Amino acid sequence: MTNVPVHEWTLLEAARKVRGKEISSRDLTKALLARIEKLNPKVNAYITVLPERAMAQAAACDEEQARGDHRGPLHGVPVGLKDIFCTRGVRTTCGSKILYNFDPPYDAAVTGKVLAAGAVLLGKQNMDEFAMGSSTETSHYGVTRNPWDLSRIPGGSSGGTAAAVAAAMCFAGVGTDTGGSIRQPASLCGVVGVKPTYGRVSRYGMIAFASSLDQAGPITRTVPDAARMLSIIAGYDRRDSTSVDVPVPDYLAAVDKPVKGLRVGLPREYFETGGLDPEVRAAVEKALKALTEQGATAVEVSLPHTSFALSTYYLIAPAEASSNLARYDGVRYGYRSEGATSLIEMMSKTRAEGFGAEVQRRIMIGTYALSAGYYEAFYGKAQKVRTLIRGDFAGAFGKADVLLTPTAPTPAFRLGEKTDDPLTMYLSDIFTIPCNLAGIPGLSVPCGMSASGLPIGAQLLSNPFREETLFTAAGAIERAVPVPRVAPFSG
Amino acid sequence: MAITREEVLHVARLARLALSDADADRLRAQLSDLLEYMKQLDRLDTRDVVPTSHAVEMGTPFREDVVRPFGDREALLKNAPDREGDFFRVPRIIED
Repeated sequence: MTNVPVHEWTLLEAARKVRGKEISSRDLTKALLARIEKLNPKVNAYITVLPERAMAQAAACDEEQARGDHRGPLHGVPVGLKDIFCTRGVRTTCGSKILYNFDPPYDAAVTGKVLAAGAVLLGKQNMDEFAMGSSTETSHYGVTRNPWDLSRIPGGSSGGTAAAVAAAMCFAGVGTDTGGSIRQPASLCGVVGVKPTYGRVSRYGMIAFASSLDQAGPITRTVPDAARMLSIIAGYDRRDSTSVDVPVPDYLAAVDKPVKGLRVGLPREYFETGGLDPEVRAAVEKALKALTEQGATAVEVSLPHTSFALSTYYLIAPAEASSNLARYDGVRYGYRSEGATSLIEMMSKTRAEGFGAEVQRRIMIGTYALSAGYYEAFYGKAQKVRTLIRGDFAGAFGKADVLLTPTAPTPAFRLGEKTDDPLTMYLSDIFTIPCNLAGIPGLSVPCGMSASGLPIGAQLLSNPFREETLFTAAGAIERAVPVPRVAPFSG
Repeated sequence: MAITREEVLHVARLARLALSDADADRLRAQLSDLLEYMKQLDRLDTRDVVPTSHAVEMGTPFREDVVRPFGDREALLKNAPDREGDFFRVPRIIED
């Protein structure tokens, strides 16, 4: 380990070394800030970098350390947050022009938990505007590039977080996932991403996109790091009425458990999808082999309504978004269009100028699907199909403990390749969307590289509140299928 | 499923989006394509299916109706694009 540069340490190593006084939080933070200064102009993973605040936090951690005080398991360790989590005193944009100057009056629950664990906040990470996108190309603050190939997208919407973790510009990050926004960029950037069970992590202070689907979760370079992060951010919060009051297990302890006897379900429909890249299929089969060689058994399962998930999602999510985004009206915070002579004109111009094209498109679909005369035909229908999709998973989990699928149908695509056709872009989320509709947890773990050097991820899905099973299976894959952890940067 | 330009403008009014002519034309074509794709849901018989509004079934949580003051009024008001004292200022609402 001694030959690994400090910025490439795992989260757990970094925390252990700060605690063991092998390195000060200041030196560690300085190294990460230098890394960001060098790479962020190329990758654009951060919208806002906080050098002064981070160094002040690191100095405070070092002082406490000298007195023998520890805030928690992340004491003095630098991390980043997707710019969707409110941070008191730090601009929070959600990737949008409409929040270009928003200074939140409070911390999100996730922000509070990460800081209470002792973490140093390096900055706020880039994302698709209001988390609506699969490539980070809809950000008002410029596209994020994939650290493995700068001509390609990092995935989205948590593309800034996944790219920052892959390029070792932080030890861990927290993203959000409404239809794959943690798992898909994790897969495309070669890192680990977890979408917990709906209700597992508080949504308080997390800027809302689609409230019945949104969940926060960690993005890290290793499975144990992800387990540690989830233990920190999970838990009941009375400020989020959909937060579920169940105990938080020690996820880290689950990582090393044996997979012997674990029933791994392979959803037939996922592997029969036309757009599945042969290299992705081969890599996922390698992950399956890793599990069966360690004593797990493979079973075929069926999720018969899979082909209806995309339509269901693109009615429910925009409908909820059209309601959630009604609050951006230029009155209380954010951007306001100048020169309007009436209130309605001011609001309508503010929203047309403040929201980008993808956000406006989704608000329009959502408003249409909820409008008089169409509610039953679109939104109501989608809610019923959502019930069928949930039923599919309930059936599959009767035969399997965990499902194994590709996370995304292809490795990272090129910048601009899919921006002209919304439906083609939406199809990159076909394997991740059903999980959000069902509310179950999902995890993406690296399982190989394409011939052209692009990362490939495998997705694991389990029953609600069985994240431990995901960590057990992902740990077994990670140990058996070695892949590079940090994107090699030349120049 | 083709939707008309008038429908696009009607929905835009509901959504408080001041669309340019070019935006309206582009959205008419894109929304028509997307809604056409989504009509695939009609192939499923859902007459006896109960709708899902939330993934995790739980009752409505109750709490005491107690006011908890936020305390920092200035932190809330300072984000306002336009204000007068402790008020948000907006363009005229009521016509003369």
